[in-house]
Amino acid sequence: MKISRVVEVLDAKVLAGEGGLDQEVRSACGSDMMSDVLAYVKDQGLLLSGLMNPQVVRTAMMMDMHCIVFVRGKQPSEEILRLAEAADIAVLSTELTMYMSCGRLYEAGLGK
Amino acid sequence: MRPASESDGALMSEPLHFHFDVNGDDFTSAGEASVQVKKLLRQLDVAPELIRRISIAMYEGEINMVIHAHGGDADVFIAEDEVTIRLRDDGPGIPDVEKAMSEGYSTAPDNIRALGFGAGMGLPNMKRYSDSLTIDSLVGKGTTITMVFRF
Repeated sequence: MKISRVVEVLDAKVLAGEGGLDQEVRSACGSDMMSDVLAYVKDQGLLLSGLMNPQVVRTAMMMDMHCIVFVRGKQPSEEILRLAEAADIAVLSTELTMYMSCGRLYEAGLGK
Repeated sequence: MRPASESDGALMSEPLHFHFDVNGDDFTSAGEASVQVKKLLRQLDVAPELIRRISIAMYEGEINMVIHAHGGDADVFIAEDEVTIRLRDDGPGIPDVEKAMSEGYSTAPDNIRALGFGAGMGLPNMKRYSDSLTIDSLVGKGTTITMVFRF
């Protein structure tokens, strides 16, 4: 699924990495616990999280992810956006909850 | 980052050595050394899957040093057939290494958990992603962790 399609499915705003919306992601991971992301994620290019700190971006960088979605309408800081922009990671924000976001993406075929 | 030894770019009779100071004052900057190492390995054309293993393990180590030991030093040695990462701190040491290695065991404070870490996966992840992991720890003195990754 292209990241631009993720934007549609989640009715999301694009906060950083506008240039990378053409990239494909094959699956996703939803977690507020970065330790678990580092432990269990294999080839998920998309991270959904409600956690707001720069380590979310670093975790995504370590895992070679292309996109972070902040759920529950959270607004990341400038620092988070700067880090993501520098790492070519698209940052989206959706008003949906984690559960609804994951459900919609799965229903739309992501990671099925 | 500063290269501690020079190379003519050819891979490589002497291992390349890079040294990093891991700042313990600021949790938000934890992981910067791992990001640098990841870039470096990309430039050296190391296989992406191996880069991912190395950078995740080093990142976990860096986070641990910041959480538990107020920072320390990281040394990265890149040889022809392996990468060695040595993380050294003057922190409180690990009283029970076996316990610390078990998944889910964590002594991280609640404020760290609120930041998304402290699930007790750090050391187990470092072991999982490296080919060998050695912990040399003395309570009250500090800890040195050495990880080797073979190409």
